[in-house]
Amino acid sequence: MAKITLSKLRHSYMPAPQSPSDYALKEIDLDWSDGGAYALLGPSGCGKSTLLNIISGLLVPSEGQILFDGKDVTGLPPDQRNIAQVFQFPVIYDTMTVYDNLAFPLRNRGRDEDTVRDRVMAIAEMLEVTGMLGQKAAGLSPDNKQKISMGRGLVREDVNVVMFDEPLTVIDPHLKWKLRSKLKELHQRVQATMIYVTHDQTEALTFADQVVVMQDGEVVQIGTPVELFERPAHTFVGHFIGSPGMNILPCSLQSGTALFGDQAIALEGPIPGQPEGKTEVGIRPEFVSLANSGLPATVTKVSDVGRHTVVECSANGTRINAIVEGAGPEKGAAVHLDFRRDQTRLYVEGWLASTPETAAETVR
Amino acid sequence: MKTENQKAWFFVLPVLVLVAFNALIPMMTVVNYSVQETFGDNVFFWQGLDWFEQILRSDRFHAALGRQFLFTFLILIIEVPLGIIIALSMPRKGFWVPVCLVTMALPMLIPWNVVGAMWNIFTLPDIGLLGYFLNHVLGISYDMTQNPLAAWVTIVTMDVWHWTSLVVLLAYAGLVSIPDAYYQAAKIDGASNWAVFRFIQLPKMKTVLTIAILLRFMDSFNIYTEPFVLTGGGPGNSTTLLSIDLVKIALGQFDLGPAAAMSLIYFAITLLVSWLFYTLMTKDDLN
Repeated sequence: MAKITLSKLRHSYMPAPQSPSDYALKEIDLDWSDGGAYALLGPSGCGKSTLLNIISGLLVPSEGQILFDGKDVTGLPPDQRNIAQVFQFPVIYDTMTVYDNLAFPLRNRGRDEDTVRDRVMAIAEMLEVTGMLGQKAAGLSPDNKQKISMGRGLVREDVNVVMFDEPLTVIDPHLKWKLRSKLKELHQRVQATMIYVTHDQTEALTFADQVVVMQDGEVVQIGTPVELFERPAHTFVGHFIGSPGMNILPCSLQSGTALFGDQAIALEGPIPGQPEGKTEVGIRPEFVSLANSGLPATVTKVSDVGRHTVVECSANGTRINAIVEGAGPEKGAAVHLDFRRDQTRLYVEGWLASTPETAAETVR
Repeated sequence: MKTENQKAWFFVLPVLVLVAFNALIPMMTVVNYSVQETFGDNVFFWQGLDWFEQILRSDRFHAALGRQFLFTFLILIIEVPLGIIIALSMPRKGFWVPVCLVTMALPMLIPWNVVGAMWNIFTLPDIGLLGYFLNHVLGISYDMTQNPLAAWVTIVTMDVWHWTSLVVLLAYAGLVSIPDAYYQAAKIDGASNWAVFRFIQLPKMKTVLTIAILLRFMDSFNIYTEPFVLTGGGPGNSTTLLSIDLVKIALGQFDLGPAAAMSLIYFAITLLVSWLFYTLMTKDDLN
């Protein structure tokens, strides 16, 4: 188990990168504390798998360092880093039994058979695969195969970090949930640092204490699931997390007031400095309600998703979603939208610019 | 109860007719010859299983069969490991992949009798490039027209040159189908190169290797053209493989009965060995 530090990390797949767009990873500085459960969340191609492979040592970064407990491991091969990785498709050794699969990493490191047996039995019990130990691994179902490849990572007692690269992709939906809670439980039992890479927000938010959201090779925000939901640092996070994502309304700023069309929108608090560039108002559909007064809009679509109703409206040609309890209005109806003030944020060039009222006061 | 639709048989009929004409009927004429004796003029005498007995007891057949098994054994023991080694050392991606693949495929594109003729000229002691080099530059006495060992070395080398590519291409196809994650996981598990080969590459190549060995067995066991053009079965009878011997009996001596019986025995052996091998190799997969 170890604390992981990424320092000024950059990576490009090109031999001589010039512009920032040549980099698959743009300067990343991160600290992951010992024993934490982290998720790397982002759309396909955002560089999260690249980052994972750099931590595991399968890739050597173009620039920067990786430290495990302060020790530089940037140049070390994967087997000397004491890490474990679980891949998208379960990797198992077909010709071996389940027992031999779990014993493989220990035997390769020359442990004696007694130690091997103790560890394998302990891990098998933890994963609830004790009954399958004698079976050929080739005949297992995908979820059990994935358990075995997880077990091969956990079987070494000195593992620094266990990494998961979208491990539930090939698992049946009804088993996904089971395996996910198994993972969570394992994390609590073995107390190892775990990094979970996914593009699925549910997986990331349920697994991790801290979620790292990535886009185009950059870390956009690091925070707890609640923080990501309540105060997205970037419109991308607002849009990517949540179902439906955050409403983003183009606006103009006039003497500190946000104007959407000619409608003034009250923000959570003041905007420090003189923002320049594209300005937008962001509000989650959960905090938009239908009222008697407010922003006039037309209902374009109503979808009942079970627990609540998503009302899709259009105002000045911009789509705004609202989540309402019970049945929504008819399609085509003229409504007024009310934004909860403390949840209405201003974004400049995509980044969060407004500050909450109280925080702003303390700044003053 | 479900009524069975028998119309499907009509769809199978064309294939049946085709197979009948290209396999069954020719084979039945062989069966017909194998139980009769003729002295010409289309007059046949019933002979029963005499020809089979005669062939199975003949030293000549035993010798040819022995040579045949030796030849097949030698080329398999060389071509399969060599093919795997070449496939393992070929690049997996990049510019050199097509270059390697085409180079590998070249020997297989050459007609069989041309291969025989090429190697004949290549190895002739006085005019062939290899023959001249060995005899007159290195001073090694090598003459495949005189020396049985040299003849064997030549036909085996020729077959290895001609057909190793088949094993290479099949093994390579098996190798490239292994996802990168397997190699990465093995690295993380601390597996040695040998362990990677033994537990990842070899199991993933098993199916294609089974096919490769099966094809190489059948082809080499029935080989005729190349050794016939190269050595003609000589010197003496030293490279007279089964098929060469069979043609000698059928067309050289015109003993149609014994030749037919021998053909059927030959066919039965090929079928039996192929079936045994395939059953053994795939029996694990069924459970």
